Amino acid sequence: MKIDVNGEKHDIAASTVAEALDLLGWGEMRVATALNGAFVPAATRATTQLSDGDQLEVLTAMQGG
Amino acid sequence: MRDFYGTTLDTPMMLGTARYPSPKVMEEAFRESRASVATVSLRREGGGGEAFREMVRALGIHVLPNTAGCHTAREAITTAQMAREYFETDWIKLEVIGNDDTLQPDPFGLVEAAKALCDDGFKVFPYTTEDSVLAARLVDAGCRVLMPWGAPIGSGQGLNNPFGLKALRAAFPDIPLVVDAGLGLPSHAAQAMEMGYDAILLNTAVAEAQDPAAMARAFGLAAEAGALAARSGPMPVRDMAQPSTPVIGKAWL
Repeated sequence: MKIDVNGEKHDIAASTVAEALDLLGWGEMRVATALNGAFVPAATRATTQLSDGDQLEVLTAMQGG
Repeated sequence: MRDFYGTTLDTPMMLGTARYPSPKVMEEAFRESRASVATVSLRREGGGGEAFREMVRALGIHVLPNTAGCHTAREAITTAQMAREYFETDWIKLEVIGNDDTLQPDPFGLVEAAKALCDDGFKVFPYTTEDSVLAARLVDAGCRVLMPWGAPIGSGQGLNNPFGLKALRAAFPDIPLVVDAGLGLPSHAAQAMEMGYDAILLNTAVAEAQDPAAMARAFGLAAEAGALAARSGPMPVRDMAQPSTPVIGKAWL
């Protein structure tokens, strides 16, 4: 599966958002996710399917004004 | 203090968490400012996010995530949804930027996003201008707090349009108003509070001071002084002098 994760290209053997997070090493971390510009709640990551060319955003806390 | 979506803040100070020389200095600045609210953001995972979140939680004050950097309603709405889950709060500082040089809000995208988010149960703190027509649209959309800019973000210019800010205060006597952005000196904070504003929100003026903790304390004191002045009924301004010492009883020398 070829997808973009935070703007970088990845080729990973994941069929769902949850699997992608596990393979990327973020499975146990507190993150917020969006797929192709739409919010993916944590509760639906395991059932949100990935397709080639998808854009996954994985965000976390950062300083802000 | 006025009610912010059912929450009464202990102080009229809201402070950003960005641009400090170190996490330790940031913690000192928050302590010295007596800020009631800390603004935060969400960015791509690059390590350290969870530690930062824990540090902000340890401040023991309200967390207000922002949608900084969003240029469309869609981006801002998605960011707000992610922030609500991540930070476990339905408060959102809504920024929809329309111009990269001035970081001025896009009023059309702002109203669109505010409506969608209010309908979705968010408690929206919109970063807006002092335009009272735009403010009315935001209130129509469901916003019960408005945060007009004092000047462009990070500029330190103070209150560029005192007339507009006063007019906004007069037009919305029952809506909590926060001057957000552009403050450079504690006197700017006092000026905003003397106008009857309910709080101030700033970041750069504290974080980029040579001594952020001392500047944070100065801003906190100024905001509280301005608030106390506003509650105390300022005297009217007159064109001509009026002697404060009684004239009656003066010796004839």
